[in-house]
Amino acid sequence: MKTISDHVLDIVQNSVRAEATLIEIIVDEDKKNDFYALKINDNGCGMSREVSQNAANPFFTSRNTRKVGLGLSLLKQNAEAAGGSFQLWSEPRKGTKVQAVFQLSHYDRPPTGDVWDTWFLTLLSNPAIRLVYKHQTGKGSFTVDSAEVLEMLEGVRLQQKEVKDGVIEWIKNNLEEIEASK
Amino acid sequence: MTKIKTLADLKKMKDEVQSKIKLRENSDNSEQVVQVKVGMATCGIASGAKETMKYFVDELEQQAIDAVVTQTGCMGYCYAEPTVEITLPGKDPVVFGYVDKEKSREIIDVYIKRGELIDGVIPLTFKTIDD
Repeated sequence: MKTISDHVLDIVQNSVRAEATLIEIIVDEDKKNDFYALKINDNGCGMSREVSQNAANPFFTSRNTRKVGLGLSLLKQNAEAAGGSFQLWSEPRKGTKVQAVFQLSHYDRPPTGDVWDTWFLTLLSNPAIRLVYKHQTGKGSFTVDSAEVLEMLEGVRLQQKEVKDGVIEWIKNNLEEIEASK
Repeated sequence: MTKIKTLADLKKMKDEVQSKIKLRENSDNSEQVVQVKVGMATCGIASGAKETMKYFVDELEQQAIDAVVTQTGCMGYCYAEPTVEITLPGKDPVVFGYVDKEKSREIIDVYIKRGELIDGVIPLTFKTIDD
């Protein structure tokens, strides 16, 4: 995956398949301690111990359309290649948490990418899921909560061009404001 | 226009837009709309499915074609990603492979608007996946 946004787009599909109603994506970056942490939490169906222990194994998948499952393994590989780590916690019927930590200044840390598109496209496909994106830096923090946005948009479609552009501009402006890493 | 910084700014913008546009009737009847499913599993995303989906969302909106664009999982055609499944009203789903921007434009112009089939269909007895 070329960007962290691509990873998010990918991992969030796992939560969608797990029938989560709330998905939180949290980016926590710290220039002083040189880390960039990505956390994805959901309240989906969770995994048994056996499944969660194998989740980051590329030759393990819960699907039957193909024999490999690369989503989490690629994220793990990228995090470890960028001087970081990967962890996963899951409990059946409670949900799953994924955390990938990167060294912020590392050459191999993928850029954040267009996280606004990731958020928008995921929401468009899954309007019933509450999708929260939170980005924290030393300068402050910014949160996009689909529940708030959809309530505000009451009566207007999310795809309406002006609305879509407005929402994306709003996210971009705020990420710029807190000097989020590109 | 001033910069959109807060949710309140966004609401202001939305209210302006709302007063201008004639609300398109939101057809909840999925029988009547074109369904576009973009394969967005790891294989699709790695091949650029995000750009493909963005293109479909923007272009169908621009051309005022009643359509629902959603993400779907891996259909098992990883070699041909990005893949897009199109269901025209009353017809069986058709899956296209290697759908980049250029191909997306062709699909919209020829298949969705005129109903004529084009190259690039993944044949096989295809069944839509529900998961």
